[in-house]
Amino acid sequence: MAERAVTTQDPRSGVDERARRTAQPYWNPYLAGVGLGLVLLSAYVIMGRGLGASGAFSTFVSATVAKVAPSHAAANSFYSEYLGDGSSSPFKDWLVFEVIGVFIGGFVSGMLAWRVRRGIEKGPSISNGRRLMFAFIGGGLMGFGAKLARGCTSGQALTGGAVLNVGSWAFMMCVFAGAYAFAYFMRRQWL
Amino acid sequence: MSAPFYKFGYFNDEFSLVLALVIGIGFGFFLERAGFGSGRKLAAQFYFTDMTVLKVMFTAILTAMLGIYYLSVVGFMELSLVFLNPTYLVPQIVGGLVLGVGFVIGGYCPGTSCVSAATGKIDGMVFLAGILAGIFVFGELFPLLEGFYNSTPMGQITLPKLLGVPYGVIVLAVVLMAVGAFVAAEWGEKKMAARKGV
Repeated sequence: MAERAVTTQDPRSGVDERARRTAQPYWNPYLAGVGLGLVLLSAYVIMGRGLGASGAFSTFVSATVAKVAPSHAAANSFYSEYLGDGSSSPFKDWLVFEVIGVFIGGFVSGMLAWRVRRGIEKGPSISNGRRLMFAFIGGGLMGFGAKLARGCTSGQALTGGAVLNVGSWAFMMCVFAGAYAFAYFMRRQWL
Repeated sequence: MSAPFYKFGYFNDEFSLVLALVIGIGFGFFLERAGFGSGRKLAAQFYFTDMTVLKVMFTAILTAMLGIYYLSVVGFMELSLVFLNPTYLVPQIVGGLVLGVGFVIGGYCPGTSCVSAATGKIDGMVFLAGILAGIFVFGELFPLLEGFYNSTPMGQITLPKLLGVPYGVIVLAVVLMAVGAFVAAEWGEKKMAARKGV
């Protein structure tokens, strides 16, 4: 690790050392892609299933609804699918553990490359408040769309793409189509 | 020894959760390495200025697809035991479009927003809250949506089965398509960078 951009004398002790380091560049995309592909392949070889993300959030939402309104959740076949038969905790679930791992892996990678720092990702011509509003709206559409499609970019596009699943490929093309079609209206947020 | 290991009972459910954590760590690590903790980098894909999303995604699909194909051809992996999400064509098309619009508005997808939040990005955390809200709305509307959700079922179906061609032919077609996309992406990025420079 090169000692780039390290200011050694900062009068404020306790200031985050990482903030004064320059973030390292990202990996070559093809190299990162091979790494990601090998993780996906190992999931298939070891478990016979691929990766996922949105499913773990569905478990979280279903368990919360069941906590607040048990009979309401039990009467809804969407929630009850994620709650299981009640013999064990709904959080004792493969995807839940996998997503906890995603948080850890992302954090570790970010720490090693001096990329963990507080901030808001946006273009220069939008306020923080508006950006966060769009983040919430986008997340909402993403959650809704992922449930309608039975998976997200992880569980459908990547996972199903690798085993040539018809629905996954149709889904993937539509994700790109939807994003490109709407990009024009969002240009002030990003460019 | 044969794969998938879990399906052949080489370890129990408890241990599969440990493996889930390890696999998830690998997943999150490479997502962050690729730059997918940054919403701005992800969104740049849709303005043709940075085609990293396409390159990483298709390289990952190629790697896993070729690995699975090779391991099944040599008889190590039983492809029929691999989970295949059943296809419901129209809801998946509509869901994909909604998700795509959400991607360019919010800047992330569910997996990448976890990495973004884990590396301190406030918008990634808010996006996560949005996902939970979106799933909750879907759950509450599910009694109304259930008919559409289960419409146009096609069962567990792969492209080779749908088109009636050997598995290897589709594998080759995907490889050619991806390589074509990589060439186009590299060319496009240079073109956009040149335009910006003027």
